[in-house]
Amino acid sequence: MTSPLYLGIALDGAGWHPSAWREPDARPADLFHLDYWVALVRAAEAAGIDLVTIEDSFGLQSTGFGGIDPRRDEVRGRLDALLLATAIAPHTSTIGLIPTITTTHTEPFHVATGVQTLDFVSDGRAGWRVQVSGRAHEAAHVGRRTLPALDPALVARGTDPAQTALLEDLFGEARDTVEVARRLWDSWEDDAVIRDVETGRFVDRDKLHYIDFVGDRFTVKGPSITPRPPQGQPLVYALAHQKVPYELAVAGADIVGITPHDDAHLVAILGQLDTAAQDVSRGADEPLRVWTEISVLIGETADAALATLDRLNATHGEPWTSDTVILADTAEAVAAQLLHWHSLGIDGVRLRPARLPDDLTAITERVVPLLRAAGVLDRPIGAATLRARLGFGRPESRYASPTAPAARATAAADSEADPAADSTVELDLTGSIR
Amino acid sequence: MTTTASTTIHPTAHPTARDAAGRPFRQVHLAAHFPGVNNTSVWSDGKAESQIAFSSFRHFAQNAERGKFDFLFLAEGLRLREQKGLIHDLDVVGRPNTLAILAGIAAVTEHIGLVGTLSSTFNEPYELARQLASLDLLSGGRAGWNIVTTSDAFHGENFRRGAFLDPKDRYVRAEEFVAVARALWDGWAPGAPAANKKTGEFLSADALTAVDHHGAQFDVSGFGTLPRSPQGHPVIVQAGDSADGRDFASANAEVIFSLHSEFEDGQRFFRDVKGRLPAVGRHPDSLKILPAATFILGDTAAEARERSREVALLQVSPQTAISFLEQLWGTDLGGYDPDGPLPEIDPVLADKGVARGRVRHVVDPVAVAKTWRGIAEAEGLSIRDLVIRFAAKHTFVGTPVQVAEQINRHVQEEASDGFVIVGHTNPTGLDEFVDRVIPELQERGVYRTEYEPGATLRDTLGLTP
Repeated sequence: MTSPLYLGIALDGAGWHPSAWREPDARPADLFHLDYWVALVRAAEAAGIDLVTIEDSFGLQSTGFGGIDPRRDEVRGRLDALLLATAIAPHTSTIGLIPTITTTHTEPFHVATGVQTLDFVSDGRAGWRVQVSGRAHEAAHVGRRTLPALDPALVARGTDPAQTALLEDLFGEARDTVEVARRLWDSWEDDAVIRDVETGRFVDRDKLHYIDFVGDRFTVKGPSITPRPPQGQPLVYALAHQKVPYELAVAGADIVGITPHDDAHLVAILGQLDTAAQDVSRGADEPLRVWTEISVLIGETADAALATLDRLNATHGEPWTSDTVILADTAEAVAAQLLHWHSLGIDGVRLRPARLPDDLTAITERVVPLLRAAGVLDRPIGAATLRARLGFGRPESRYASPTAPAARATAAADSEADPAADSTVELDLTGSIR
Repeated sequence: MTTTASTTIHPTAHPTARDAAGRPFRQVHLAAHFPGVNNTSVWSDGKAESQIAFSSFRHFAQNAERGKFDFLFLAEGLRLREQKGLIHDLDVVGRPNTLAILAGIAAVTEHIGLVGTLSSTFNEPYELARQLASLDLLSGGRAGWNIVTTSDAFHGENFRRGAFLDPKDRYVRAEEFVAVARALWDGWAPGAPAANKKTGEFLSADALTAVDHHGAQFDVSGFGTLPRSPQGHPVIVQAGDSADGRDFASANAEVIFSLHSEFEDGQRFFRDVKGRLPAVGRHPDSLKILPAATFILGDTAAEARERSREVALLQVSPQTAISFLEQLWGTDLGGYDPDGPLPEIDPVLADKGVARGRVRHVVDPVAVAKTWRGIAEAEGLSIRDLVIRFAAKHTFVGTPVQVAEQINRHVQEEASDGFVIVGHTNPTGLDEFVDRVIPELQERGVYRTEYEPGATLRDTLGLTP
């Protein structure tokens, strides 16, 4: 059997091109209505897409890092992604829902219980895309600290000690937040609720655990106010572009999203992830899965796709730039790129549609059938949760006592029953990709 | 308990019913309290379903909407309750994140208001204002916020700043929190975003107003991220009963979730709070007072009383009876027989309290214990009987007609504007109320038979002039 290639769609506004909202089929007036989002996610779900992510930030969108830009010709404003995802959940049944939640100014306790609750409402389809908030104007929304302006160019060069320190601080806090969330998710053992009439006890308090997290930035006592969610550990996704974020991904994520520009770059990134794996201890149960990210604008022909991109860029007044490769081409070319990555051992791809709904429709109607024909979209039958669908087992609580053989046997059976588990290409944390 | 109100109300079967003086009847407003994590919620009789599965929330909300309730209400506790230094294990434990579950419920309901309890101490205004605006947008204008001001170190241990707030500043922070939130909710002009594809203006000029707040509690500068929500500002609910709490409510709240469910006490509270409104330029109808109320129904009054006793025994297990007493006595009473007399020893005063994570203020435990002993001796009550009397007393016990008439009497005679109804079985505890009591209220012309199409929560509550 061919190993699977997993697919995610990154939803944001009217699409990722800044002028996408002006396209004829775009619905920019509906961006703050639930119906708009439900329609998009259902379309993805109907096509068999594994998950959607929903973008968010701790303030208005802005093109630069220096502050709010004066542009009024791009989409501004977003619904809270966690709440949006939770409202979408009852309208869907199989697709994974991964909201973006920032870690810089939020309360780790609220973040953890929020994702737990999404997992309950969606019956085990929750994830969390971890994001830091490095913009100075976002810090001013809380007023508890002032951040120096983050300069991506300086950060990329890694030569400015202040920028590096800022980055390490932001991502260190994100690592702590992920660690707190994971501990809180485990803080109730699965069988903590006993309803024992004889002794009058609703819970077995020995199966509720203080997490006693103590870090430089915060402490959290625990346990969670929320029982262990259906997946045990909702999925954590981290988009990463360089050393410090790679270390966050290795330390705490289930999936890292990377943005290779070509094959050589991909090999270099995988090497950096290997290095990070040697430097950082891993706080998640299973090996890190590696997904690539790509922005796509799909046309009937390559020329048509490029012409559309040119038109949108002209409307915008400057070329659209991205941290990912921007592929303006046919559905066949997009499918070929994805299958090429698959052949190099990549586990999945998060696709960023340039236009919504146009490029989502092109993905679901034209790219997905090509991938299905290639045999990479087979999924385990009866995979009820997002973890199971993506080939992850259901981890036992880290606090579970070793005298609970029943719970462990169930967890083991789950992962054995998953035909995808063995064939998944994984980043081996001993330092090589297999 | 039997009704004494039947002579004062003249039931008629249409919604324009008027009293003897020709005035329209005051309308009853009802909220549905999702079963909480205290001994009111019965879990030991085999009827209770999951306290956390979404199916429970869906059933509860859809039933309340079937009963045309104004809103459903979720409490919140940001740490599991403890007693004697251990997690309290006798009651239902475990709740969802309040905002997230309300967003999920918004997706499976159409009309009912969604009110969550959220702390002004362990949240920041920028984020919470945004989340509440999101909930209001996602629900089509049905969001409400019950502001609580808990500030103790026990809860603080789960949060970044720990116990940073002096208790006397709780309402100072809450006031400033609401002011910042309101400014953020007003930050986008009506009609924004323009989203004009033709002109290319997503936002018109002057669409956004920055907030620039600098006060004792908060420094918040910047732009909100959301258009004006259907209600503009979500409905503000408040439950604190202190003098500060009442002042805060009269200045800010639109609903008070009160503890004054007894008739005369309710009238006093009603007069006190509504009497504060003119001084702050508010109409009495702009603030609704809804006391919490439990209920037990029967085909006859006698059957209801019998059921009340049965439920009370489930709500106060032998272990719960001892645990309840320990909260007052401040010491381990595990050696006492719950079916025997009250302890003769006095409460331990030095202890800061054995119970943490719930609100219970007792000024003079020794005096209270003495009173309790007196009651128990005079009426021949065991420990468990006495605890039932205090912790499992049901507000309305009777036939559906009797319960409806009692509720209506409170409303017509200004002891409340309605009630927050608390069931004791999750999630079906209000099914019977909807089946049997709601039609009686509707018969009397004092309760809606349909929601107004497109009504916001504020509209449903009758808060908009």
